[in-house]
Formats: sequence, structure tokens, C-alpha cells
Amino acid sequence: MKRKLLTGTSLAVLLVAVMAQPAFAQSEVAPASQFVLDNLFIFIAGVLVFFMQAGFALVEAGLTRQKNVANIMMKNLMDMSAGVLAFAFVGFGIGFGGDELLKGWFGFDVGIAGVESTIGDGLLPSTFFFFQAAFAATAATIVSGAMAERTKFKSYFAYSFFITALIYPVVLRWTWGGGWLAQLEFPFSDFAGSTIVHATGGWAALMGAIILGPRIGKYAKDGSPRAIPGHNIPFVVLGAMILFVGWFGFNPGSQLAADEFVTGIALKTLLAAAAGAVAAMAANWAMDKKPDVSMAANGLLAGLVAVTAPVGAIEVWAAVVIGAIGGLIVVFSVKFIDRLKVDDPVGAISVHGVVGTFGTLSIAFFAKYDDAFLGREDAGLFYGGGLDQLWTQLIFVVVHFLFVVTTTGLLFLAIKALIGLRVSEEEELAGLDVMEHGSPGYGFETGRGEFSASSTSGAGV
Amino acid sequence: MLELITAIIKTHRLDEVKESLANAGVSGLTVTEVRGFGRQGGHTEVYRGAEYKVDFVPKLKVEILCASADVDNITEAIAKAAGTNSIGDGKIWTTPVGNALRIRTGERGVDAV
Repeated sequence: MKRKLLTGTSLAVLLVAVMAQPAFAQSEVAPASQFVLDNLFIFIAGVLVFFMQAGFALVEAGLTRQKNVANIMMKNLMDMSAGVLAFAFVGFGIGFGGDELLKGWFGFDVGIAGVESTIGDGLLPSTFFFFQAAFAATAATIVSGAMAERTKFKSYFAYSFFITALIYPVVLRWTWGGGWLAQLEFPFSDFAGSTIVHATGGWAALMGAIILGPRIGKYAKDGSPRAIPGHNIPFVVLGAMILFVGWFGFNPGSQLAADEFVTGIALKTLLAAAAGAVAAMAANWAMDKKPDVSMAANGLLAGLVAVTAPVGAIEVWAAVVIGAIGGLIVVFSVKFIDRLKVDDPVGAISVHGVVGTFGTLSIAFFAKYDDAFLGREDAGLFYGGGLDQLWTQLIFVVVHFLFVVTTTGLLFLAIKALIGLRVSEEEELAGLDVMEHGSPGYGFETGRGEFSASSTSGAGV
Repeated sequence: MLELITAIIKTHRLDEVKESLANAGVSGLTVTEVRGFGRQGGHTEVYRGAEYKVDFVPKLKVEILCASADVDNITEAIAKAAGTNSIGDGKIWTTPVGNALRIRTGERGVDAV
């Protein structure tokens, strides 16, 4: 109540201050108004990014089988919830804790207080935390799809705590937290996190899928990959569309201010997504004779992931090119990873790891504008920027890859040794819904016909 | 004498078959969703770049209990309505039935149909 009262009072003071200063030219915004606009916009952007959780949940549920749908939903619910808590009490302090590192490591208030010196004037620590927590939850949730249908729930829960508490925050500290990659002669650029957020999730997904091994029945005796079709394509498309909308918080919000660049970033995000979807469909259609719906959805997401890093630095036409390349990469990458015997039911490794890395590297070629990370114009190779930025981006993605695969690899191996990572063969065949959580995703089957709505396909294929 | 006519048909022909049977004087039938394969042995599709085989194609099984005298008439009505002149149109066969009983009235034999 007290807090609300204070906010009301300060808003009133702001309004009075704005009205009392008619001296500002029309093109300028009073600092007080700008402060409100910035915080309000980043808050709304953060809400949109949190809503992406719903998109991830639907995409992953749709691309997996009915007998595991409650489990995949639960993983999405819990990697968000455990992830936000872990990020609040540990991760945020590590990522943004200022120079006095150890002081900023643990404890919610300490982390928030420690950050005040490192953020711009515009954002309240609470606004900044809210926005960043949404990103941390995004990095964590990417992994659930790649490890779907065969992971012990408690093991996944443990993973989601550690990635948001310790692994993702170290990447943050090196980059957006102002660490060594930001201090290079030609600093790194990753505007909204193609690598920082998406490839962190994507490479963690890679290690999870490798250490788990493929689902039973995924590979024939001769080693050739077999399709295990998901159970709900409408979920996949709806989820991809929700992610698409959420991305208008993810990328424009990463401007961290309500300024004149925001809608340009939104425009480039929009075009890259569309180009990714169309390019993926075209490539997939040409190769496999029919346009696969979920592959086109992956293409839409690939376009978005690809443009996430360069979106602040590129021209509009480049967003179309980068999005389309992202869409092409994902089609080939999904097939390639399938043939490596790494079983990723939803394509998370390709969409977030492979395409995220591509998007980060694309800056070195397409950067024209200063996105506030580059510190200079025309940094891209195509604009006469030379190879300087390419070296930085390469160092960035290679070090990031090595760090994430090492730490998440050790994490999954430790979990495997301590509590086991994979469910029993019996449980995997029966489905994780009943065996892990006690009830199926759709309707209860008691055997007496009372809840027979979905009984015909109870333990589905 | 009673016979059971069993027809495996394409799912989208059910309405036509029902109508045709009604015109032929059939007053009741049972429909079941079934899966199976015939001479073609299913078909192959591609999902996310990996092939998979649809071994068991969804079909409908229509069952009609009738007097032996009506069998040819009804069989023909089904065949005419279910046919699309393409692979997978299905099959019809008949089975002799020992007896039948209408539960409500206790009628037996042809009266129970």
C-alpha cells in the first residue's frame, strides 16, 4: 500500500513537473516523461518476452507425443519458475553485479543494489531486472524441447536451476554485464542475444541431447533416422506465432529505451521472421516434395533468432537476407543433426544454437550502424569495415560455445551420476505423463468409462 | 437365416453409404473406426526431413445384420456408394450368423433385425 501510494505521488509530481515546463521544444520530451516512457516500455517488452514461455511450451508440446504432453508442459512451467528464482537470488548478481563482484553474487537485494551503478539513467533496477529475468527464463526453456520425452523430471528441474543461477549469468557478465568481450578494442555486438540468450540455450540443448541419447525408436537398426511425428501441429503453429509476437518485446525492448530506434528494430524483426519462414518452406519443399508445417514454423523462429543479434546495426534489406539465410540453415541443420544421431524432437539445437551463432557472426558482414555495442559505424565487411569485427565475433561465438558445452556438459554428467538423467525404458515407452506426474495430459482413464473423452488413444504412439 | 455384412470403406464415404443403405431399406448399422492395410501396404510420408511409413491406414468398418435374402441387394448398395474407382476403396464380406436377439423385446432371428 505504501509503495503504491508513493508511486502515485511520484507520478503526480511528474505530471506537475511536465505541465509546469512548457519551455521544452515540441520535438523534445521532458526528462521526467522520458523516464516514465522508458520504464513503461521496457516493462511491457518484458511482459511480451515472458509470454514467449507460452510459445515455447506449445511448440514443444505439439512436436512431441501425446503420452508426454503433461511432462513437457510441466518442464516449461518449472524452468521458468525455478529459473526466475535462481536468477533473482544468484544469477542477476553475477551477471550485472558491478565491480564489487563478490558483494553482488548472492541475495536478491544485494544483486539489485549492486546493479545500480552499471545501468543507464533511464531504467529503474526493478525494470531492468524484470526484463533480464524474462531473458534468463528464455535461455533456460530452450533446452526442454531437445531433451523431451526421455528426461527425468527432477533432473531437468535441477538443470534449470543451475543454468539460470550460474551458467547463463557468466555469459551475461562477459557481455552485457560489461566484461572482457565488451572491453576488447573492437567490442562484441549481440544486440538482443542471438548468442547470449539463444545459443546458450541451444548449446546446452546440444549437450543434453547428446548425453541423454536418442529416444527409443528414433533410429532404425541400420542407423537411419526415423520420424516420430508430434501430436499437435496446431500447437506448433500457434506457439510459433506467440513467439513471433513475443519477439517484438525481445528485440525492440533490447533498445532499453523508448526512443526513435524502437520501431525500426521491430520492422527488421518482422521482415527477418517472414523471410525465414518463406525460405525454410521453400528449401524444405524442394527437398522433401511437401512443405512440412513444423519446419516452416522452425524457419519463422530461425529468422527471428538470426536477426536478434544484428538487428540494431543493419539496414532493412539486410534483415531480409539474414532472416532468409537463417531459415535455410535451419532446414539443413535439422537434417544434419538428425543424422549425427543427436535426437532433438523440436529442432532447438538448430534454431537457437546454430542459427543464433550465424546471426551473431552476420554482424561482422552486415553492420552499418552503431548499435551502441560496436561503437562505430560501417563496422561490417560489406561496408568497408574490414575483418576487425569478424575476429571479435568469432572469438565471441567460439569462446561462448566452448564455455557452454563444457559447463552444461559437466552439469548434465554430474546430474547423471548423482540422480540419473534418463527415465527407465519401461517409463519411456509408457509415457512420462503418468509415470512422472501421475496423470495423463488429456483426460483421465479410470477404466470405467467416466472420463472417456480421450480414452481411445490413452497411451498413444 | 441371418447374415452379417462387414464392409471396410474410406472414411469420407460414410455419408453416401448410409444414405444408400437407407434407400435399400436397411434400418440399422454399426460403424467402427479401424486401421489396416491391403495390397498396397500403407504409404510413406516425410516428417521434418525424416521418412516414416504409414503402415495402418485409417478406415471405417460398417456392420449390418440382415436376412440372407437381402444380402446381395445390400452388398451392392454399399459397393455402389463406397466406390471411388481408386486404390483403397475397401472390401465387403459376409458371415453366416447363428442367431440374434433384440434385448428390449426378446424377439429373435429375422424379427430381431
